Amino acid sequence: MNKPKITVAVTGLNNIDSPGPGIPVIRALRESQSYDVRIIGLSYESLEPGLYMHDLVDKSYQIPMPSAGTNSLLERLNYIHQQENLTLIIPNFDAELYNFIKISSVLKNDYKIATFLPTLEQFEARHKSVLHEFGEANDVKVPFSKMLFSPNEIYTLGEEISYPLVVKGKFYDAMIAATPEQAVNYFHKISAKWGLPIIIQEFISGNEVNVTAIGDGKGACIGAVPMRKLYITDKGKAWAGIALDDPEMVAIAKKVIANSKWKGGCELEFIKSREGEYYLLEMNPRFPAWVYLAVGCGQNHPEALTKMALGEEVSPFESYEVGKMFVRYSYDQIVPLNEFEKISTTGEL
Amino acid sequence: MNINKNIAISETGFVFNPLTGDSFSTNKIGQEILRKLQSKTDEISLVEHLTEIFAVDKATAEKDLSDFLLILKSYQILIDYE
Repeated sequence: MNKPKITVAVTGLNNIDSPGPGIPVIRALRESQSYDVRIIGLSYESLEPGLYMHDLVDKSYQIPMPSAGTNSLLERLNYIHQQENLTLIIPNFDAELYNFIKISSVLKNDYKIATFLPTLEQFEARHKSVLHEFGEANDVKVPFSKMLFSPNEIYTLGEEISYPLVVKGKFYDAMIAATPEQAVNYFHKISAKWGLPIIIQEFISGNEVNVTAIGDGKGACIGAVPMRKLYITDKGKAWAGIALDDPEMVAIAKKVIANSKWKGGCELEFIKSREGEYYLLEMNPRFPAWVYLAVGCGQNHPEALTKMALGEEVSPFESYEVGKMFVRYSYDQIVPLNEFEKISTTGEL
Repeated sequence: MNINKNIAISETGFVFNPLTGDSFSTNKIGQEILRKLQSKTDEISLVEHLTEIFAVDKATAEKDLSDFLLILKSYQILIDYE
């Protein structure tokens, strides 16, 4: 069967110990039954491993850091589009999504480049800093949390929250502090990297379980696969995980997606307490780095996103294979210096 | 006393709980107990069965079975066990 050829630009090529979702998304698209996909990698740094994975990524371009703003991004995408005639862009970083959402209508109207992203309102509503309100709006339990703008506020928390507690960055990073002194230390560490505010969250003891899911923007959950981390790195990332048969988690994911009319991929992170209660820790507004497990279980979420972005009707997946596992590995790619030179100097590879 | 109905037990004694993602391995005796629990055998009948097929007296079988059932409960393999 002749599959239509499309060109998809993907960010998140940092397939490192705290991996971006780009490479798993690309692997999923490569396995698409519906499209013949040319992959354009969009990178921020010259050492993102995906740049050098030529069997997965056909061509790569560096793009400006999110802090450079939407004009620089649009200008760069305009150039890339002239070279590659992009069909679709799938951004995979929390920190870049704001810019991509802002320019999505320009991409669609002026360049005919599709995206499939949440609205700014949806994006803002699930921020860590307002997660409590998000939990209430969606009838999901959320640990107590508070935004802090100064380390001095830690000493004024009083009885609002007890130790241990979790110190979190606004985009990434989370550390468990057993004392106020530790919390202050982590406040400085995380704010130096990701800025303010810092979020202080109640620590809930239990198993960490996550769901990768995708919403159609009209309230339907197109797919959802729950996973438990079996091996966690010192950065808290899953190095191995297993697909669970957990109808309650899937039901919560469907409820959140239905209530919020979520559009695009997402990851719901929960703690399942020993009493069997689910506490939503975060809702990430993009596919997780372990999204390829969903493909392995029979739900190709990136392909479904591509179809919806291109205007096709997609029916929700009805099942997935329980007990499938993923186990990551590290791999030393040998890279000729001229490739590193090329991406570093010309911004293309 | 009910065993979680979704528990998968292989012929090699590999036990998988699809709700929690936990997996375990058990010996022949454990496999026999799990299979009997799947066929709704109660605790008294289980003790009788164990003393019939294994070289063990009733008191030892009762104690060891009780310990094993508590372990199964703690791993959420067994439900409604007091």
